[in-house]
Amino acid sequence: MAEYQIDDTVDITDVVCPITFVKAKCAIEELDDGQILSVHLNDGEPVQNVPRSFKEEGHQILKLIDNGDGTYDLLVKKVEA
Amino acid sequence: MAEVDFAALKKGGFMRQKQKGYFSLRLQVVGGQLTAENVKKISEVAEKYGRGYVHLTSRQGVEIPFIRFEDIEEVRRELAKGGVKPGVCGPRVRTVTACQGSAVCPSGNIDTQDIAQELDARYFGRDLPHKFKFGVTGCQNNCLKAEENDLGIKGALDVKWVEDKCISCGVCEKACREGAISMADGKIVLDERRCNYCGRCAKSCPTDAWEGENAYLVSFGGLFGNTIHKGDAILPLIRSKEQLYRVTDAAIQFFADHAKPGERFKFTLDRVGLETFKEKMEEAYNGGISD
Ligand code: SF4
Ligand code: SF4
Ligand code: SF4
Repeated sequence: MAEYQIDDTVDITDVVCPITFVKAKCAIEELDDGQILSVHLNDGEPVQNVPRSFKEEGHQILKLIDNGDGTYDLLVKKVEA
Repeated sequence: MAEVDFAALKKGGFMRQKQKGYFSLRLQVVGGQLTAENVKKISEVAEKYGRGYVHLTSRQGVEIPFIRFEDIEEVRRELAKGGVKPGVCGPRVRTVTACQGSAVCPSGNIDTQDIAQELDARYFGRDLPHKFKFGVTGCQNNCLKAEENDLGIKGALDVKWVEDKCISCGVCEKACREGAISMADGKIVLDERRCNYCGRCAKSCPTDAWEGENAYLVSFGGLFGNTIHKGDAILPLIRSKEQLYRVTDAAIQFFADHAKPGERFKFTLDRVGLETFKEKMEEAYNGGISD
């Protein structure tokens, strides 16, 4: 598995839909083009929907890491529109 | 005053009100869409001839209540200037309903509006033994409640995994709510029996490693009135528009041929037998395709 250099992390396990994506989106907006954000998210709706929302915003999903405790870390590369 | 032909009025969308001499005029709406021009004209007519309001029906229809009998012709002419036509009631094909579909909604698998227009052009107002309702919904989210209709159409995505585009990120496995996707040694395994063609995998895959073909799931005999029945999806996935319209043509013809007056499709299917109907539908499904 390729290793990635993570530039920032955000935890969205403490908020509920639709704030989950809003919080994640705010975090990626802070980054520069090509930087990588790691998003800590919950099972269920967040893991089903947040990756897709990033894709629809034009960013590049790199990896979804299953932490095995009902949470995941989603690595997203910022793509400046 | 001459004898009032209520049946003719009803066919023309005029619903007799409780209040003597008044009609609630139902308008033709296709797929829940009206142009700004339509809306303007409806508003004018409601103010001038009605009581300044409209009623939105449960099936995306618009009615203008409190139209006086003597104004009916004038109202019809007035509405026509804004491109608005009266709808229909009674034993015939009713308003074709649809969600916004793939033209607007990110979840949409099919262009529901295009299909609603085509169904409307083919069948709207066609006289039948009883009312017949079509509904078109863009995906498994089923915002338009396809199975409530005599014939419901639901958008599907027939998905296929393309190995060399996959980066094994793991997103699709979680995006799938049916548990149809699993990963073994970085490779995707699709359990086709579990797949409901929702398209979530394709829509969430970052590298478009899921390729999808638009397709249709059709249900028959839904009812949501005095009796409630979820339409039955008896056919496999429909993969082209030609195939879809072959099936809709055959279904409506079956209803015309076999239903007793005043009998809804579901009860015709119960009486004649779902198996007999299924055979007919399979014929239409396979029609013209030799494989
Ligand atoms: S049924 Fe699907 S395509 Fe239609 S509005 Fe709902 S989510 Fe969108
Ligand atoms: S189309 Fe839907 S049900 Fe089928 S594999 Fe993809 S996400 Fe799962
Ligand atoms: S989401 Fe796409 S890239 Fe990621 S594992 Fe699934 S098919 Fe592969």
